[in-house]
Amino acid sequence: MSKELHTELLRFTTAGSVDDGKSTLIGRLLYDSKSIFQDQYDDIERISAKRGEEGVNLALLTDGLKAEREQGITIDVAYRYFSTPKRKFIIADTPGHIQYTRNMVTGASTANVALMLIDARNGVVEQTRRHAIIASFLQIPHVVVCVNKMDLVDYSEEVFTSIHDQFEAFAAKLDIKDFHFIPISALKGDNVVTRSENTGWYEGPTLMYYLENVHIASDHNFIDCRFPVQHVIRPYNDDFHDYRGYAGRLAGGVFKVGDEVMVLPSGFTSKVARIDTFDGELEEAFPPMSITILLEDDIDVSRGDMIVRVSNSPRVTQDIDAMLCWFDNTKPIQPRGKYTIRHTTQEARCIVKEVKYKLDINSLHRNLGDTQLQMNDMGRVVLRITKPLFVDSYRQNRITGSIILVDEGTNNTVAAGMII
Amino acid sequence: MNYHINHLRELESESIFILREVVSQFENPVIMFSGGKDSILMTYLAVKAFYPAKVPFPLLHVDTGHNFPETIEFRDNLVAKYGLRLVVGLVQDAIDKGLVTEEKGVNASRNGLQIYTLLDELEKGKFDAALGGGRRDEEKARAKERFFSHRDEFGQWDPKNQRPELWNLFNGRKQIGEHFRVFPISNWTELDVWQYLAEEKVPLPNLYFAHKRNVFERDGVLLADTELIPKKPDEEVFEEMIRCRTIGDMTCTGVWRSKAETVEDIIAEVATTRLTERGGRADDKRSETAMEDRKKQGYF
Repeated sequence: MSKELHTELLRFTTAGSVDDGKSTLIGRLLYDSKSIFQDQYDDIERISAKRGEEGVNLALLTDGLKAEREQGITIDVAYRYFSTPKRKFIIADTPGHIQYTRNMVTGASTANVALMLIDARNGVVEQTRRHAIIASFLQIPHVVVCVNKMDLVDYSEEVFTSIHDQFEAFAAKLDIKDFHFIPISALKGDNVVTRSENTGWYEGPTLMYYLENVHIASDHNFIDCRFPVQHVIRPYNDDFHDYRGYAGRLAGGVFKVGDEVMVLPSGFTSKVARIDTFDGELEEAFPPMSITILLEDDIDVSRGDMIVRVSNSPRVTQDIDAMLCWFDNTKPIQPRGKYTIRHTTQEARCIVKEVKYKLDINSLHRNLGDTQLQMNDMGRVVLRITKPLFVDSYRQNRITGSIILVDEGTNNTVAAGMII
Repeated sequence: MNYHINHLRELESESIFILREVVSQFENPVIMFSGGKDSILMTYLAVKAFYPAKVPFPLLHVDTGHNFPETIEFRDNLVAKYGLRLVVGLVQDAIDKGLVTEEKGVNASRNGLQIYTLLDELEKGKFDAALGGGRRDEEKARAKERFFSHRDEFGQWDPKNQRPELWNLFNGRKQIGEHFRVFPISNWTELDVWQYLAEEKVPLPNLYFAHKRNVFERDGVLLADTELIPKKPDEEVFEEMIRCRTIGDMTCTGVWRSKAETVEDIIAEVATTRLTERGGRADDKRSETAMEDRKKQGYF
């Protein structure tokens, strides 16, 4: 096997406005890791020149859509890719402005790492706090804070330390497990891929070194066995006459052949007879693998059911407390409103029983009197579901702890929620 | 304890999850099969996702009549090997009926005409989810594409009104008459595709490997010599060792000087190349936002 085939996949999200140099940083990562092709480079060189800009504007690499190029803003989540011999990276690049909270939440939902940019001249601003709060609620396992534009503050250690302290004081109130600070200049390339000679006082890694080495192997939950059944495979042919396989993607824990398992909601128990894939049978399987499980006993299992260990079951409940982020720009959340809810492979209907409070996503203040969740607002809600869901708290498992709400009239996804 | 899968296995798992989700959320999905490596990969992943059952949906090939003959031969073998169902939509039919008009001039291509036949076939087959092999690394307009991409009743894409996609939760609900485009290999890069095809030893059309062919040069791009492309007086045909990096119509698919005869050679070439694979596609070069404009109308 070639060396590339040991590479891990790391997903990270960035948020920030045009001014803090986010697009330049991403352009720099792509450029310095040689992930930009010559024709792409020629393309932005031509456009930069046409606009009368000095030098090549690396930010143009990430501004994809026509509307964005015209207005010079990023309006949606854009995905970028680059790889090094150690890792393949997927960047969810989102705009950081307040009206784009929903995009930040979307990008954060699958990220291993949140990359935050702070302009060294401005320090921690409202947008930094908002992004950190979202990273905390979305339980992004690792946060790396890049203090950018160090070249404009003469690479001052004092400035860096002061921002470091400001951020730490604020982040102490949040639920972020692991964070790290790096002084950089995206424009000049200091500490992005190569170590800077201008920051002799800084002893930590470059951003690229950090991204290549941060420990992500424990980001999945390998303790609590959760297998949401996605699809039942029944070949109906002579070679596989009695084959009845439960296909899905593991959401938690390690399943082994012979394990005693329970099927929810029926509560029937059985044993794992086989773990099947196109490439042959497996002895054990773990997240995020897509597999097919066959049970020893012929019991009725269908899409939306969940296979778990007998001794370790999720909550089976029709009532959910969740932190919701509202996405719909046409109307706010309707108290007593009915929505379609999606959770793992289940779909059901739900009613909003109560909006407990709206969260000020700049200060974490709970607005108890305010129950009007508009687009980009976050708030705590109580939902009643038409049938039991099998849930864990989002803190415990990001897959079995997350939901979306769908408007039954427009079919749009109107909210995302983290189960408390 | 080290539970860990490499990036190719993780991408594979993600794509299989999407394919199974499509079968669960839609009534009548179809794979848009172009004959290129991405649609071959997608078909192969579909075979894996439903094993040991057969792929529970057909392939749809929009045949412009300008395909490389190798593409058609490969398609038919693939269909036979995995017991797939194939639906073919002929662009020539739409031209004969006067529903679309062929482009004229030396750069004429049927690429744009495919949109009509594609939407027509989707409507005739009542397909509500059309699976495409589009990847986000291919082109700037595709970087913002969703896995589940909603299309209105005219088949149009509205980049400003896309549904957010979070975690593993995909929303495929729609009104009658609307459909979805679904892109299971969104997160793969060209290099990922080649590495995976090599590791899995997936058979590919010979066009991808270096071979001798009569070619000529136009606007800095090499094109295969065919009677389908009228040549300008100063364009000379010569023989060259080439291969295709993408496979589309003969009229608009640039070929590359290459000595890569195996998948491993191709990986080495892709890893060091300085041009994107669509850099040879005349259809993208028409304007800065050529792909975005075509996507809005319902292109793949």
